[in-house]
Amino acid sequence: MATTTAFEYAPAPEARDSARLRSHYGIFVDGAFRDGAGDAVQTIDPSNEQALAEVAQAGAADVDAAVAAARRAHDSVWGAMPGRERAKYLFRIARAIQERARELAVLESLDNGKPIRESRDVDIPLAAAHFFYYAGWADKLEHAGLGAAPRSLGVAGQIIPWNFPLLMAAWKIAPALAAGNTVVLKPAETTPLTALTLASIIAECELPPGVVNVLAGGPEVGQALVEHAGIAKIAFTGSTEVGKLIQRTLAGSETRLSLELGGKAANIVFEDAPLDQAVEGIVNGIFFNQGHVCCAGSRLLVQESVADDVIAALKSRVETLRLGDPLDKNTDIGAINSAAQLARVRELSDVGDAEGAERWSPACALPERGFWFPPTIFTGVSSAHRIAREEIFGPVLSVLTFRTPAEAVEKANTTPFGLSAGIWTEKGSRILWMARQLRAGVVWANTFNRFDPASPFGGYKESGFGREGGRHGLEAYLGR
Amino acid sequence: MAAERLRVRKTYKLAIGGAFPRSESGRSYPVSDPAGVLLAHAAQASRKDARDAVVAARKAFPGWWGATALNRGQVIYRIAEMLDGRREQLAAEVSAAEGCAPGSALGQVDESIDRIVWYAGWADKFAQVAGSANPVAGPYFNFSVPEPTGVVAILAPQQSSLLGFVSVLAPVLCTGNTAVIVASEARPLPAASLAEVLATSDLPGGVANVLTGFTAELAPWLASHRDVNALDLTGADRAARTALARSAADTVKRVFVPRDEDWSRDPGLERLSAFVETKTVWHPVGV
Repeated sequence: MATTTAFEYAPAPEARDSARLRSHYGIFVDGAFRDGAGDAVQTIDPSNEQALAEVAQAGAADVDAAVAAARRAHDSVWGAMPGRERAKYLFRIARAIQERARELAVLESLDNGKPIRESRDVDIPLAAAHFFYYAGWADKLEHAGLGAAPRSLGVAGQIIPWNFPLLMAAWKIAPALAAGNTVVLKPAETTPLTALTLASIIAECELPPGVVNVLAGGPEVGQALVEHAGIAKIAFTGSTEVGKLIQRTLAGSETRLSLELGGKAANIVFEDAPLDQAVEGIVNGIFFNQGHVCCAGSRLLVQESVADDVIAALKSRVETLRLGDPLDKNTDIGAINSAAQLARVRELSDVGDAEGAERWSPACALPERGFWFPPTIFTGVSSAHRIAREEIFGPVLSVLTFRTPAEAVEKANTTPFGLSAGIWTEKGSRILWMARQLRAGVVWANTFNRFDPASPFGGYKESGFGREGGRHGLEAYLGR
Repeated sequence: MAAERLRVRKTYKLAIGGAFPRSESGRSYPVSDPAGVLLAHAAQASRKDARDAVVAARKAFPGWWGATALNRGQVIYRIAEMLDGRREQLAAEVSAAEGCAPGSALGQVDESIDRIVWYAGWADKFAQVAGSANPVAGPYFNFSVPEPTGVVAILAPQQSSLLGFVSVLAPVLCTGNTAVIVASEARPLPAASLAEVLATSDLPGGVANVLTGFTAELAPWLASHRDVNALDLTGADRAARTALARSAADTVKRVFVPRDEDWSRDPGLERLSAFVETKTVWHPVGV
């Protein structure tokens, strides 16, 4: 992989010191950092398995304390505060994230393993933009089409995944606060550092204590949050499996719920597609963030007449991807986030072999330490194969072919998921017809994996319900 | 004095896929007015009938959703036209079913007709109210539109045999969903007759499938059915709602629990909004 290019890349590492890594991180409750009731754990750099910092873990008592603090903050100050004042706090947060963008980007890449190019150019700017966008809604809620005097719900419990740690925190916190709710956020077990740094930013922005609480911890903390009687709303982003458990737990309760779950997106390439752009889109669709993306274009559906050309061009492009040190500015593919995730990616890829699909990866030396998986393409895949049905959540692409648009639609829709889809064709009328036929919440036409705070995001079917982003994203946090 | 003419009684049946079958199980159950006088024997739908209804609803979905919004609005308006022509019949059935005065029953039929007209007008407007063009920070055209959730299983209200039934069915059909609707268990006859109105209103077969029978028997099959996308619990017994919602979670169904059952209230957008998905489409802008 990129070992025989005419001009070798010199290493271009981002300075690790920028992360301002601390040796110990506390949980953030009622405006202060402190130790939790659980045993502190080490969070590691997945690219080399070295410890980064010790992180306090919340326990059940901390969940109680955080929910109580959030309730007090909601009832006594935040819920009743004029929207334009809440707005200014959120604008402050947006600006503070921008000010500390480099620190946050390096910290994110250290804790998550994603390439610095992505954390620097995507995660952190989008997180700031999300706060900036929702800040402006805080004093305009009556114009959101959700009633003349929409009301906050109360305390929102928010559980986020490890693939975009800071960005997911922003997606959750910004609309909740804009709508007048207070929050208890649980970052993922393996990636707590940027959410806890965001908590310190929020403290520096002088938000009233208890408006935002951040509890690092494992699944039992999430479960305690979901089951807590003081919670008015649960917002969860993560696996469909856990999403179903949460929906079951909350069945029959008054707690509002929004779920953003798994996906198995079809990225559909027609014979008239601009080939070079489509190949870039396929690569971006599945190898962005090592494929740790719920809306990843993990199923390539390519029209039979151009399948050989597309696959050849795709392999040639993937040969040039650079895998390695996440902090190197030339790196395209970073580390898999955890040993557990690496095991899952390996297991499902092995199933692909066993089911008779043909596996291809570029010649590619993997670092000896850390969690690594090469970009991988399976051809000869059918819709019945597990690698065409199950979310792998790694840099693994399954290639299927089709002959007619109708067949492409049928194959794209034949999954319980419905989060996203891609269409590549020069024919405008076909784009719009396809976009309508695809049962997915986000459709990218002649592009893929674009995100914006003004753009509603969320799934159909078993990919969840509720939207994040845009005017629609407010609906999850407002009542009448 | 001439002998009084013998009336031709109606057999009350199910409505599945545009046909009016008896229950495949061969079962029926006696339906009485509140005073206990037998009105008729209604079909008692089985699990198999419910599954057939879901199949019919799924099959009808692409066509109904693929129709233009104007067309859906005109078909729903046609339901109101057909119902208006049979208002005395329905009023008599509502009066018998609910034990209310004929004048009150007629008022409910009229309110039902007017509600259908109201929803008919929403069919080609809701997307304008619920959709948006989104100003993203980049060279992309980006828009969001509401689309139907898919096949919706509705447990119709138990008390309001016609107005309640219409008030839960019309918003589901309006946005392009297809429905399997379980009528009031004790008062199913107005709904069974409304199914005949639906069948003569250019509503394609399978778009609205009406089951009569025991709600507690049918609801679990619909709640757990893998090809049902949403569940309206309005007519479910309160004690049964949690178990049904839990079962629905296994396929991440959208579960709707009403705030109240005051059918005289202005319905607002709540039910229209409950059974739609927001789709967002991106495309680059460039020369």
